[in-house]
Amino acid sequence: MPKYLLLKHYRGAPAGVNDVPMDQWTPEEVDDHIQYMDDFANRLRETGEFVDGQALAPEGMWVRHDGPGRPPAVDGPFAETKDLIAGWMVIDVDSKDRAIELAGELSAAPGHGGKPIHEWLEVRPFLQHHSETIE
Amino acid sequence: MDEAVLRAVVPQVIAILVRRGADFAAAEDAVQDALVEALRSWPDDPPRDPKSWLVTVAWRRFLDVVRSDAARQRRELAVEGEPQPGLAETADDTLRVFFHCAHPALTPTSAVALTLRAVAGLTTRQVAEAYLVPEATMAQRISRAKRTVSTESFDRPGDLATVRRVLYLVFNEGYTGDVDLAAEAIRLTRQLAALAQDPETDGLLALMLLHHARRPARTRADGSLVPLAEQDRTLWDSSLIEEGVALLQAALAQERRGELQLQAAVAALHADARTAEETDWVQIVQWYDELLALTGSPVVRLNRAVAVGEADGARTGLAALAEVDPGLPRHRAASAYLLEKAGDLPAAARTYAEAADLATSQAERTHLTKQAARLNAALR
Repeated sequence: MPKYLLLKHYRGAPAGVNDVPMDQWTPEEVDDHIQYMDDFANRLRETGEFVDGQALAPEGMWVRHDGPGRPPAVDGPFAETKDLIAGWMVIDVDSKDRAIELAGELSAAPGHGGKPIHEWLEVRPFLQHHSETIE
Repeated sequence: MDEAVLRAVVPQVIAILVRRGADFAAAEDAVQDALVEALRSWPDDPPRDPKSWLVTVAWRRFLDVVRSDAARQRRELAVEGEPQPGLAETADDTLRVFFHCAHPALTPTSAVALTLRAVAGLTTRQVAEAYLVPEATMAQRISRAKRTVSTESFDRPGDLATVRRVLYLVFNEGYTGDVDLAAEAIRLTRQLAALAQDPETDGLLALMLLHHARRPARTRADGSLVPLAEQDRTLWDSSLIEEGVALLQAALAQERRGELQLQAAVAALHADARTAEETDWVQIVQWYDELLALTGSPVVRLNRAVAVGEADGARTGLAALAEVDPGLPRHRAASAYLLEKAGDLPAAARTYAEAADLATSQAERTHLTKQAARLNAALR
């Protein structure tokens, strides 16, 4: 039914409560964090709500069309780490409330000191494909 | 092989297995297995009697599973041997499959998934493709739904309203992949209407038929939306309209009016107008008044305001719209439409652009953006 994107990025939202960069965590804390993410995705597979989840490499580049017959222009990477998109999850749920509930759980992933990160996740509804809706 | 014939008997076959002593979840699994086998082998070797073939294969499959479970658990078979001949399902049994799959204990999403598999006879893969989720996700959703209803009595009569809500949701999903969910919803509602003999279910079927009749005119080849007033009415399917109107008249004559019959009445008035100008908006407003009295629904209030704008002029429509919750999904779009009609083009252009940002579908957003662009170009 409605699909939502849970987007983990660093653009515009205030810092999370437990905002310590990952390289300052202990290795076990990193493992625990990843385990939490995997468990979360698996739980959604079992509830029949999981669609997709991907993590993105931090490095990237900017590409644009540069005129007919010319190769695309490539620029960057720009050093704007605050624009980084870390990854996303797509869920298919019954309601907006359920999407919010799940985003809240995902945001509780443990970080530094084993405490929840409380990071802000952006939650965006997908535009629907169909247009059958009874007027 | 006619897949529709095959799928039409699926709920009956499940009902037969349940009658013979299988629990619903095991019966449904066995029938799904038989269905997959039928899709594989029938094209080369079609059976004379599809339903008995499915019953036989599904029953054998069910016994195999029971026996292997029993062997594993070292206990005696609960169910015995060969099918008893002459044991047929009744219409009530088939209706119970509808009720069970739309059980109030299920969330709408899971009720829809279970209905499409056990009542519509779609494979898990087809349901997954129709809803654009991975097959594994859909398989889990369906098995959880079956677990949820497994503790519910199969024999208790259910509520037709919950089944209608599920079929309405399926219809609204339209079609995204190979499976035409709107056509599926109509097929299932036809079955339900034949089993239920109830005016509101006939009203739902009429509503679906009247909407489906307009589908060829509703979108252009590129997928863009054509508003009702601009649709080429010669593309409307007149036989579906005739059927829908006849059903609706018979339903209304029973004097047990419900929301869906009233919505269908509005759709019938649109279908009845040979041109947009001939639309009987005064009567449409009257139906909306009745709908509003019955449901108090804010969406009805919104649609009524647009109809008032057509019947009594845009300013009156805007006044009616002012009474409607501005948080509703299509409030801005309705407002933009009435503003343009009232001649306030700058406000209409602005409001169309706002409405586009709030649209919930791609086609709707494109349509509203182009309305804003058209007015902005005219204003330059």
